[in-house]
Amino acid sequence: MIKPHRWIIAGVMAAVWLVVPVSPVAAADVLTIGFTNSETGALNVDSIGQLNGFKLWRDQVNANGGVHAGSKSYQVNLVTYDDQSKPDRVQQLYGRLILQDNADFLFSPYSSGLTATAAIISEQYGKIMITTGASEDKTYQLGNKYLYEMYTPASAYLTGALDALKTVNPKARIAMAYADDAFAKAVATATRVYAKAIGMDLVFDEAYAPNTTDFGPLINKIISAKADALIGGGHYADGATLARQVYDHKAPLDFVSLLVAPDSPKFATLGEAATNVTAPSQWAPQATFKPDFGPDPKAFGDAYRTAYGSEPSYHAAGGYAAGLILQHAIEQAGTLDQDQVAAKLDQTNIEIFYGHVQFFTDPGRHGLQAGHSMVIVQWQKKGGQLVKEVIWPKAGATAPLAYPLR
Amino acid sequence: MIVSRSQHNTNNKLVFRPDGEDHPSESEHEPERRFMLGLFASMLDGVLVGAVYGLAASGLTLIWGVMDVINLTHGAMVTMGMFGVYLLFTETGLNPYAALVPVAALGFVAGVVVYWTAVHRVVGRPPLMSLLTTFAVNLMVIGTGTILWSTSPYNVDVNLPGFSLGDYTFTGNHLLAALAALIIAGGLSLFLGRTRLGKAIRAVAGNRMAAELMGIPSSQVLARAFGIGIALAALAGALIATLFPFTVLSGGSYELKSFVVTVLGGLGNPTGALAGGILLGLMEGGLTPFITVSWIPVIEFALFVAVLIAFPHGLFARRPRR
Repeated sequence: MIKPHRWIIAGVMAAVWLVVPVSPVAAADVLTIGFTNSETGALNVDSIGQLNGFKLWRDQVNANGGVHAGSKSYQVNLVTYDDQSKPDRVQQLYGRLILQDNADFLFSPYSSGLTATAAIISEQYGKIMITTGASEDKTYQLGNKYLYEMYTPASAYLTGALDALKTVNPKARIAMAYADDAFAKAVATATRVYAKAIGMDLVFDEAYAPNTTDFGPLINKIISAKADALIGGGHYADGATLARQVYDHKAPLDFVSLLVAPDSPKFATLGEAATNVTAPSQWAPQATFKPDFGPDPKAFGDAYRTAYGSEPSYHAAGGYAAGLILQHAIEQAGTLDQDQVAAKLDQTNIEIFYGHVQFFTDPGRHGLQAGHSMVIVQWQKKGGQLVKEVIWPKAGATAPLAYPLR
Repeated sequence: MIVSRSQHNTNNKLVFRPDGEDHPSESEHEPERRFMLGLFASMLDGVLVGAVYGLAASGLTLIWGVMDVINLTHGAMVTMGMFGVYLLFTETGLNPYAALVPVAALGFVAGVVVYWTAVHRVVGRPPLMSLLTTFAVNLMVIGTGTILWSTSPYNVDVNLPGFSLGDYTFTGNHLLAALAALIIAGGLSLFLGRTRLGKAIRAVAGNRMAAELMGIPSSQVLARAFGIGIALAALAGALIATLFPFTVLSGGSYELKSFVVTVLGGLGNPTGALAGGILLGLMEGGLTPFITVSWIPVIEFALFVAVLIAFPHGLFARRPRR
């Protein structure tokens, strides 16, 4: 005999089953992509742009029927956690994404340091991870098989800035001040070699702690070195602070090119301090690439502005592009099988709104980006407003380099 | 495609930016002169910022000295001071320096509330209890701040004209922040030495039981002392916000500096804290031209340990009475 309270439980369960609507995502086949993002911590400004890019790709793909693999269509489900910009959180959460959330594929966290940590986990479990916002070359030179990089490697970040500077002042006295983190150090190492190769004079070369807020002492050293150009930086928080204090201290510099920070639309809030500051950028909204797959640059920019009410940064473009490249490889493979999708990623050689994408496939640098190239952008004052223009390479420039800085 | 104004700029350089290569007639002592000027500029910058470090530390050391509580909410309260001035400036248009008054008042009230809710019951208990309690409050404040403002950088956009020595510029913000720190620290010293409440705070710090026997309501006095300590932290945060961009997490680094300053200036010695702050700033500024800036925190904390060992009562502490 069934006790009365069991009847009650059965009745409630039946009512729930009848009343609660079944979500469309649950009914369709689902493609789960896991990643962490830095909603908090030092990297949050850069990371949020990347997250917005992932979300916009998901929304557009799902609205268009999902990712098509063979005879099936998969609705994209993003599973994400806040890593607080901390490697230990990344280590813990990527394990969770794979083992508990059963992620089919992974996107990287933001930054080279966090991605290096996540890559250990993704390789351990043989999961494909498309990296974006992570350009330190070393991570891709460790024999990883399932790691694919969307960004131009760190070694190429400031070479364009040096080339542009050389055209206007080949005798520039350059100061390089950079954050003491994996990404910025990788950039600095390559830049040092490149400056020497093209005969540019590096008169000051020093790292600073990534959480530095008082750049006064460093700026005084740069002035003492009689530098007239500054290159370096790290990520948003330190780069924006450095740019503001260079302005406040009236440092006699004619050229400033900083990593990451000036590319963010938020950088324009620095006002005069942002004027004529340049930055290497993975992508600019003015790009005119003709895509083989996905939206063109204008369509992406318009959709992003509609969704988020701001200009897309290159972090946002990188996030969207990561989704697009994964989608392309899955649709080419016709399956979610990791090895078959990896084989298609190895063969990737296409143009999308973000530019050309191709990966090195030799074991020494497998997954390193081989096809994409960077531009240099500059905040220029036009009609009293700060506008981000592409000033390098000359072939893709939308405005001439404004030189000197002030 | 590139449009250069370098020639024009180079001309400017000949006028305004003398350097050895462009000026054959310049003295051969120019490099030494320039180095000395750079060193002086760096040290002056250090002193100006150091005064603000000192103000921040005076709040920590006051609480430490009066009630033997190592206040780990200190960094969070510095952060609240930063956001206080930012919100008053951006939302109401109040001048950031005028905003120091409401920030101090709000800091005092917040301090009294934290005292009665979290600190009162652990005063006089083993130090670990007050450490854990204040650390818990710190996490709550930072967590709430993170929810409200995320960890994005904020900036109080104020630029006061300063002065220049050669190529080195000292902003008006730095000068005014240092001046404000000195005035506030002087006011604190007068308050502790001349007012009834100040004397009561010192009496309770010296011997709580004796003060009680003299009719001083010690718990009330401790609550107010805690409030003053937090108000000082918030004021320091407000001044720092006029100098540098900040995030919800910025207070932590100033809390660490406050510990170094407190040890330099003497535990429980607010006036010594100001001297300790200036000394720390001077040391930072004086060392910077000679070493990589990444080494500065290493040297600071090595000094912290060395002073703790050699001068456990601080460099500027009065010798304890026997």
